[in-house]
Amino acid sequence: MLSSIRTVWLVFLHMFKKRVTIEYPEKKAFLAPRWRGRIVLTRDPDHNERCVACYLCAAVCPTDCISLQATEDENGRRKPEYFRINFSRCIFCGLCEDACPTYSIQLVPDFEMGEYKRQDLVYEKEDLLIDGQGKYHGYNFYRVAGVAVGVKGKGEGENESAPVDRKKLVP
Amino acid sequence: MAKVFIDDIEYEVPDGKNMLEVCLSLGFDLTYFCWHPALHSIGACRQCGVINYKDENDKRGRITMACMLPASNGTRISIEAKAAHDFRAGNIESLMLNHPHDCPVCDEGGECHLQDMTLMSGHNYRRYRFKKRTHTNQYLGPFLNHEMNRCIQCYRCVRFYKDYAGGKDLDVFAAHDDIYFGRSEDGVLENEFSGNLVEVCPTGVFTDKTLKQHYTRKWDLTSAPSVCHGCSLGCNILASQRYGTIRRILTRYNGDVNGYFLCDRGRFGYEYTNSKKRIIKALKRVSGTYQPIENGNVFEEVKALMGEGKKVIGIGSPRASLESNFLLKELVGENNFYGGISNTEGNLIKQVINILKKGKVKTPSLAEAKGYDAVFIVGEDVTNTAPMLALSLRQAAKNKPNEEAFAIRIPLWNDAAIREIVQERTGPFFIATVHHTKLDEISSGSFYGHPDNIARLGHAVAQKINNNLPSVPDTDRESASLSSSIAEALLAAKKPLIVSGTSLFSKNVIEAAANVAYALKEQGKDVGLIYTVPEANSVGMTLLSENFIDDAIARVEKERADVLLILENDLYQRIGKKDSEAILKRCNQVVAFENLENETTNSCDYVFPAGTFAESTGTIVNNEGRAQRFYQVHIPRNEVRSSWKWLDILRQDLQTAEAKDFDVIVDEMIQKNPELQKIKETAPTADFRIGTQKIPRSPHRFSGRTSMIANINVSEPKPPDDNDSPMSFTMEGYHGIQPSPDTAFYWSPAWNSVQAINKYQIEVGGPLHDGNPGKRLFEPDENRQAKYFNDIPSSFHPSNDELLVLPLYHIYGSEELTALSPAVKERIPQAYIALNENEARRKGLNAEGGKVEFYYQDKKWELSLKIDNSLPDGIAGLPKGLNETSGIGYPFRTKINS
Repeated sequence: MLSSIRTVWLVFLHMFKKRVTIEYPEKKAFLAPRWRGRIVLTRDPDHNERCVACYLCAAVCPTDCISLQATEDENGRRKPEYFRINFSRCIFCGLCEDACPTYSIQLVPDFEMGEYKRQDLVYEKEDLLIDGQGKYHGYNFYRVAGVAVGVKGKGEGENESAPVDRKKLVP
Repeated sequence: MAKVFIDDIEYEVPDGKNMLEVCLSLGFDLTYFCWHPALHSIGACRQCGVINYKDENDKRGRITMACMLPASNGTRISIEAKAAHDFRAGNIESLMLNHPHDCPVCDEGGECHLQDMTLMSGHNYRRYRFKKRTHTNQYLGPFLNHEMNRCIQCYRCVRFYKDYAGGKDLDVFAAHDDIYFGRSEDGVLENEFSGNLVEVCPTGVFTDKTLKQHYTRKWDLTSAPSVCHGCSLGCNILASQRYGTIRRILTRYNGDVNGYFLCDRGRFGYEYTNSKKRIIKALKRVSGTYQPIENGNVFEEVKALMGEGKKVIGIGSPRASLESNFLLKELVGENNFYGGISNTEGNLIKQVINILKKGKVKTPSLAEAKGYDAVFIVGEDVTNTAPMLALSLRQAAKNKPNEEAFAIRIPLWNDAAIREIVQERTGPFFIATVHHTKLDEISSGSFYGHPDNIARLGHAVAQKINNNLPSVPDTDRESASLSSSIAEALLAAKKPLIVSGTSLFSKNVIEAAANVAYALKEQGKDVGLIYTVPEANSVGMTLLSENFIDDAIARVEKERADVLLILENDLYQRIGKKDSEAILKRCNQVVAFENLENETTNSCDYVFPAGTFAESTGTIVNNEGRAQRFYQVHIPRNEVRSSWKWLDILRQDLQTAEAKDFDVIVDEMIQKNPELQKIKETAPTADFRIGTQKIPRSPHRFSGRTSMIANINVSEPKPPDDNDSPMSFTMEGYHGIQPSPDTAFYWSPAWNSVQAINKYQIEVGGPLHDGNPGKRLFEPDENRQAKYFNDIPSSFHPSNDELLVLPLYHIYGSEELTALSPAVKERIPQAYIALNENEARRKGLNAEGGKVEFYYQDKKWELSLKIDNSLPDGIAGLPKGLNETSGIGYPFRTKINS
């Protein structure tokens, strides 16, 4: 009996405490920048696709929900011909973001992806690619890589010396 | 056997090895770069450093390269000692100073020996903060991509290309840390084995350019063990696909056949399987155009055509499997089945099979051919007709000079020391061909002549070896002295090897080669005799055939046939327009089973989409009579299936639209052809399991399963079953060491590159764990009295007005299907007619490149002139099988005009 009264009293006291529930969707919750939500593909500072179609995200994906096909532009720059994420399988673990060597694939603080049809949860590159650099600014993989694919010439990258003259025999 | 100690544990190891081989064979993970099981040791990369102790009391030891340390009795080393470990990590750190940050865009990534070794050595953090050395790249042709920044200077590429494959145009330039591996200037890498650089290079300097067009990582490829269909040698390959298209071909190690290597035709000639000209639906001709028809209906219609009392004939194919040919034979009846080659070719192959079966001389395998110390090639341009045999023969040419090194106790694995002694010298190597061939550069004596003259040279050699044989009349002095020196060299050798083949369409040549081999055998020599034949399954199809195409033509000319079934065979390409039309017009209905659209399929009433090697399972028999199984890589999402499946459905009741399982067909074939008994042993049957598991075609890291067809339907379908083999089409299954005929990829923990093959071998460079795949159908009986061939042809005399036209072969172009692959197409030469200068002048031609007209089968042909002074008088050479020269039957005589 006493405990029931105590319970009612405690509930009554809660009426004067700060509310923890939020009137979603009218009000939005705070999501940290590193919150693992919807996956996007970002662009480098030169506004080109960052993705180099290395397949590492697909390999590391525990649900195998990423598939892509690599292709090359006229300069030999590699990019995905198509890039597909089946969000109906995705568990938002973020391993793809960890694996990505170019900061291309990033998880963003957005989770509002509900659909009535499962088929609509299949996202193609056009759906994933955003216009900005996402969380990581200023990085362009091809500036630090050795290959010359139209971003910089051989030896012009960061920390590279000019190409060797192979006819030279000077010690 | 020698006793060695590795980290204080005693092991018994075979003699004559080095410690690196020994450690790898024993299963230790020791890092290395410059050593390769086929190229041996030079001690250049310093990566296999271990501590070598004098004896059990030596606690300090010294760092030594395991690859240069003989595994002799009492050798004591440590792999795990800290000093050794630090040395290897430090060494790889130095090697990596200039290595670019390329892995994500490097085609080698994920199957890179450098990645594997870096992880294995323990070096995992870059401390070097200074600038990286860079290099410019070169254009190396349609096969290989060059990215020189990635080089770690192990020298494997030049050692393979120059020392092993005899290439001339890849070398090392510049000095110290600037050294550069490439050509003196941009250009196509000329050697026929350049593609092996992809596998030989431990990192991504040389990568497969055809794979680059549709790049996929190794872990995403679904592969199947297959057999190359590019020539008659039957090299083992791994064919890999992703999203339904074939992506690349890699060498499948077979210690009895191709070992670690493959020729460029085999490696890069696969792209025809992805061609837009592939037939992917059953088609029916309706008023001139081809329209797809429903499966059920097509069977009904075609069966109705072949009903009771109808005259049905079938033409087989030397590029289709034994099973397909067998089922066609079953479907049409034994007397109505014709082997899909001309009678000339058929009789030649029959003769070759006869010698293989009833002769007394061993036909060595490709791998065994490397062990002979004197070679006599009788009328075969091996580099172009059977490229990998040329690679084997180049190794055989080293054996004699190598003996000098062995005499001063230098072991075979000490490659640099052996090179130092041997230099450029080669052993006895004689070649008799129609014109200059690439192997002439290592020959001790070459003879160019008409096939009959080549045969006469062969008979003369045989006679010099066995004086009881009839002598060759009217021999000129030159060939008499050449034949003496050949005979002398062959008799002086321990293991002479005779190589011949059907490429000149000359029975005399084949018989002469057999005579030389028989004569040597009687002298007690351990002689080998190799014949090459034209196509992948020429031997297999001929085993099943009594009659050939010319017999079929004769028959339909006598009486019309109701239905003609053509199995994977472009008649226009093979026998020419005139004969093809002769046969097609005399058959009321023509049904073709074909991979790609061609002139023949364009003249048929029904076309069934037949699988290439990539979509079919089957057995083919190579030139030495070795039956080998190839497996389908994937089940395409269209109507394409193995020809034998179509044929099996056609001979069944209407109700079943499913073919019987592969093993059932094989059993039936064996029952009717007991000489094929052994093909049952070439691979495990479909019910084979390891525990309860099938054997996977994909690696365990295979990605994208829940996404790759999600655009079509988000619900994943059940993976397809394979009732024809013990393999699954997915990653599910047993991932340990699998039966050797069914190994679809090489992978072992920490070994992601092709070098993981070490783990699949009993000892490094030796046979695979349960034996090399493939079974030889016939073995020679050494005690048999084989009869000599006594038919010595008379010498060829050039006539004044007519030329004899003979085929000249090209590795790229002379094979029908690989020639359709874009990369190979770039390497196909312009069509030409070759004459020597004398002959050209006599005909009033002098400028190379000038137009030459000639007639074949009443049709005028026009080609440009090529001067080849090695061609004998009275003989013209035409490149075989090119588009411009397809359908020509050799040899023929013609007059030529300018």
